[in-house]
Amino acid sequence: MPATNLPQVRAEIDALYRKESRRIFATLIRLLGDFERAEEALHEAFRAAMEKWPSEGLPQNPVSWLVSAGRFKSIDKQRRDKRFEHLEDRPDVAESLSDGSAALDEREELLEDDRLRLVFTCCHPALAPDAQVALTLREVCGLTTEEIAAAFLTPAPTLAQRIVRAKGKIRDANIPYEVPGREELPARLDSVLRVIYLVFNEGYLASRGESATRADLSGEAIRLGRLVVELLPEPEARGLLALMLLHESRREARADDQGELILLDDQDRTRWNHALIEEGSALVRAALTAQQRPGPYALQAAIAAVHAEATRPEDTDWREIVGLYDLLLAMTPSPIVALNRAVALAMRDGPEIGLGELDQLLRGGELDGYQLAHAARADLCRRLGRHAEARKAYERAITLTAQGPARRFLERRLAALPQ
Amino acid sequence: MKYLCLVYLSAEKWSACPDSACAAYAGQLKDSGHMLDGTPLHPVHTATTVRVRNGQATVTDGPFAETKEALAGFYLIDARDLNEAIQIAAKIPPAKYGSIEIRPTRELVVEQAEVERYAAAAAP
Repeated sequence: MPATNLPQVRAEIDALYRKESRRIFATLIRLLGDFERAEEALHEAFRAAMEKWPSEGLPQNPVSWLVSAGRFKSIDKQRRDKRFEHLEDRPDVAESLSDGSAALDEREELLEDDRLRLVFTCCHPALAPDAQVALTLREVCGLTTEEIAAAFLTPAPTLAQRIVRAKGKIRDANIPYEVPGREELPARLDSVLRVIYLVFNEGYLASRGESATRADLSGEAIRLGRLVVELLPEPEARGLLALMLLHESRREARADDQGELILLDDQDRTRWNHALIEEGSALVRAALTAQQRPGPYALQAAIAAVHAEATRPEDTDWREIVGLYDLLLAMTPSPIVALNRAVALAMRDGPEIGLGELDQLLRGGELDGYQLAHAARADLCRRLGRHAEARKAYERAITLTAQGPARRFLERRLAALPQ
Repeated sequence: MKYLCLVYLSAEKWSACPDSACAAYAGQLKDSGHMLDGTPLHPVHTATTVRVRNGQATVTDGPFAETKEALAGFYLIDARDLNEAIQIAAKIPPAKYGSIEIRPTRELVVEQAEVERYAAAAAP
């Protein structure tokens, strides 16, 4: 390619960077055995491409060209650095350098595995939960430290420190760069799925701050979910992807133009994203008919799918939803699941019965600090015409709610109660 | 009789004692036949804790924080990586009752001349 096509080559390299740099990075970690070195090698590789490709033209396989260039540059740099130390005194260094010159395996499936290795390493349960999330977004998704810090409302230096520590632990404790074997897989996959769901929820629910949704994080989580399903189609991985897609399908409908929250019942269902619902529902069906018993993510996705399939709120199959909550509660006994079940019960059998169930849960004490429990109680009391009790419950829910739109929603409900 | 001497240091004093001084003292103990095995540990942020409940091993970051648990013994193991170490640690019988803190060991970083200087200074 002649040098006159410089802008075109630049554009190609930019596109390649956006699309493939994380994949190349993941492979470089495997080849170089170190995050920092791989990061540096990645940038060296793209710099080399900028120098060479305008005059030599694009190589046949740009990705493997970049991997080779990055690896070569890094080993070359290590050699130069080591020259100043006494190399002959350090047999470990000599050995690692000869390892590096082994034939580069460029098979496509191996490169794909590298991305999965990176996900499992970043989500290793031996790393602090906060660090797992930060590291995954930084290393797998390629977000900058500043972007992650802004999304999680954390000061950038704190977040940077978290990432540095996690990388230090990976290196010093020798956390291996690999996809776990059969025996470890279920527990380790749980950890990966938990990180992905956390990222999704941070984007979807936004625990603090004014904006009810931070779409970028949800988008990243769905991309990660797809990557895991593509490389490791386990039922729970599909279940989680389905759950995220079904929630995401309502994004447009769940807030009005002012960013105020709209409840499921009041949403304009024609604004739901039906392509996402179809994809999510198909994944749910696949997860429910798989050999294994459906896991918690698949069950939650199944519940979301029942909602999604109702054209009008009154068409919702509450019998099915209560049944799914029964299964979920048996599998993961948690007060929050029990709360959701009580709300579904109120829809199936009436608010009186739902409230009885909910009050029994509240007496357990674990839900007392949970805003949604009080909001649910307020709503059931309102429907039963018990306005004084509804008022008290709304007030309690409001004091527990930090976030703007959710708080304002409760305040509107409270104001609408008959005096 | 064997004794395990555990060195506890605060974060501020973590690097206060030079490795060469430790190497020199370890050298003395070896010469006198007292030293069986010893190693410095990486700082506590590199620690991983494993516990087994209902046959299920859970892995968390950091040391076990509740102060009521005290060190009850140690296993110095050779494992391929942290995953293998976790598998071995999960099979240590007391994992069912307490917890096992896994800490990677490190090498002393020393200069021979320094070690000799410390050894000479400590000589009677």
